[in-house]
Amino acid sequence: MKKRRMYFRMITASLLRRRSRMVIALLAISIGAMILSGLVTIYIDVPRQMGAQFRSYGANMIVTSDGDTITTKQADAVREIVPQDKLVGMATYRYETVRVNDRPVMAAAADMEQVQKTSPFWLVDGAWPAAESEIMIGKNVAELYNLKPGKRMTCTFAPETETEAEGNETEEVVLDNWIDFTVTGILDTGGKEEDYVYMLPSDMEKLTGEPTEYDICELSVSAGSEELKAVAEQITNEVDGVSARLVKRVTESEDTVLSKLQSLVLLVTIVVLALTMICVATTMTAVVAERRKEIGLRKALGASNQSIISEFMGEGIVLGACGGLLGGLLGFLFAQAVSRNVFNSSITLMPWLVPVTILASVAVTGAACLIPIKSATQVDPALVLKGE
Amino acid sequence: MSLLELKNVSKIYGNLHALDHVSLKVEKGEWLAIMGPSGSGKSTMMNIIGALDKATEGEILLDGEDISKKNARALTDIRRDKIGLIFQQFHLVSYLTAVENVMLAQYYHSIPDEKEALEALDRVGLANRAKHYPSQLSGGEQQRVCVARALINYPEIILADEPTGNLDEANEEIVVELFRRLHMEGTTLVVVTHNPEVAEVAQRTIVLRNGRVDHETVNENFTGKIKHITLQ
Repeated sequence: MKKRRMYFRMITASLLRRRSRMVIALLAISIGAMILSGLVTIYIDVPRQMGAQFRSYGANMIVTSDGDTITTKQADAVREIVPQDKLVGMATYRYETVRVNDRPVMAAAADMEQVQKTSPFWLVDGAWPAAESEIMIGKNVAELYNLKPGKRMTCTFAPETETEAEGNETEEVVLDNWIDFTVTGILDTGGKEEDYVYMLPSDMEKLTGEPTEYDICELSVSAGSEELKAVAEQITNEVDGVSARLVKRVTESEDTVLSKLQSLVLLVTIVVLALTMICVATTMTAVVAERRKEIGLRKALGASNQSIISEFMGEGIVLGACGGLLGGLLGFLFAQAVSRNVFNSSITLMPWLVPVTILASVAVTGAACLIPIKSATQVDPALVLKGE
Repeated sequence: MSLLELKNVSKIYGNLHALDHVSLKVEKGEWLAIMGPSGSGKSTMMNIIGALDKATEGEILLDGEDISKKNARALTDIRRDKIGLIFQQFHLVSYLTAVENVMLAQYYHSIPDEKEALEALDRVGLANRAKHYPSQLSGGEQQRVCVARALINYPEIILADEPTGNLDEANEEIVVELFRRLHMEGTTLVVVTHNPEVAEVAQRTIVLRNGRVDHETVNENFTGKIKHITLQ
């Protein structure tokens, strides 16, 4: 029989035939590895999870024109630059002043489907406009004109003024366009949006008589601030005539919350690792204390300190590897449970984390075994074999 | 040249002289018994001869080599290569089988050989108990496993510290008979014992008292003749 085979036979016999003590050590390592693996999964997945949560706070990037308006072509170019898997929504707005009962009201035209994505926090009493001649009005506008969903509201627009000279007199001719809208919903945001009315771009085209061009483009992108900055820079550099900037209020809040959350997860991970190490070290110290006579016997039979170290370290490594494997698998379930309960979404399985957890467990167990093993090498066989 | 020679060996703990200028020679193939009351220095002498402890003064020559000045690592090598140890408490590894316990000595010495270990167990009459754990063996059987473990590497000398101290009369006789066989095969034996019946079967007995050799007797009736004891 080769020495290596006998070595593994001794290690496995020690672990399997002294189950009660080793099960405690294995449990400690598995739980530590599980929390480690789970927290690392959450640590890595938190930006994605929280990013999705943060997107409910509205757009985090604004694109404006360097001239007057953003053309459809420019808007399409912007959309192409943003990574599609991270683009939550892109809403383009055109603003015009319309008149309702001869009083000016700010009207915004946008793709309502995209607006719902970029501004999911908007509360609408009723429905979003889905067809032509449907309009959603801000809460303040509704109160001003005493309107409710289902009521009619006529918007007029004076697209331009023309002056006609007849002799020495100048007469101003106002060419009004008008649409009789049906109010579908009342918008409640708690912000300036309550002073606006919202319609589809096609209605705005009818009112103004001009093809659709946009004043502003709002993007909701699920990415970290550095990536967002890079995308904004790329848009500014690559799309002529537009400038992109981040909504600092949103991105900085995201950064602050994310970094604090990640710091917390990191801190908990370190504490868990330390606790695992203490638990394993305590168990291994107890194991060494229990086996002082055996260590003394081995030394009496001619075992060198290196042999004692390799045997105990071997046991520690096997325990660490088994605990790491178990913990790595349980860690995914743990992270999944946390993710479902906290973020209401599933976590992405990261298979590479299992070997990493095993390696980390082996390293932690190995480190935890150092002091007990050192004490094992100091056992005096003459003393312990006499029962002292 | 003697296999083992102690020259003015002392072991001093503070003011206590556990061994006090002891000189002793053990010839190759000799069977020596060491007797003495508790605290006389028997175990201290065993530990020093067995390279488990170092003398404070004096020289210990084992096979012509002075081991008294060796460091811990060199003493480990000497234990591994030249000495077979048998203890009163047996000291078997509880989670290894009988044959694995014998192979443990081979593992530290050279290459574990299960066949050879089984043969060693057969020599002590335990071939059929090879796969049993120590807890499944009687005291006598455990001590026989220890004997098999001690002789598996063909040591220069076998040191037994109270080998029958925990055994009943029947098992004591079996172990003594095993020693007789080993002696007949040329093994050098040093046996520490309280038991005069165990000592009187040896070739020579020294009696320690207060760390000194009090007196020495030679067994003139020593024949080394093997009795017929069934080991199974």
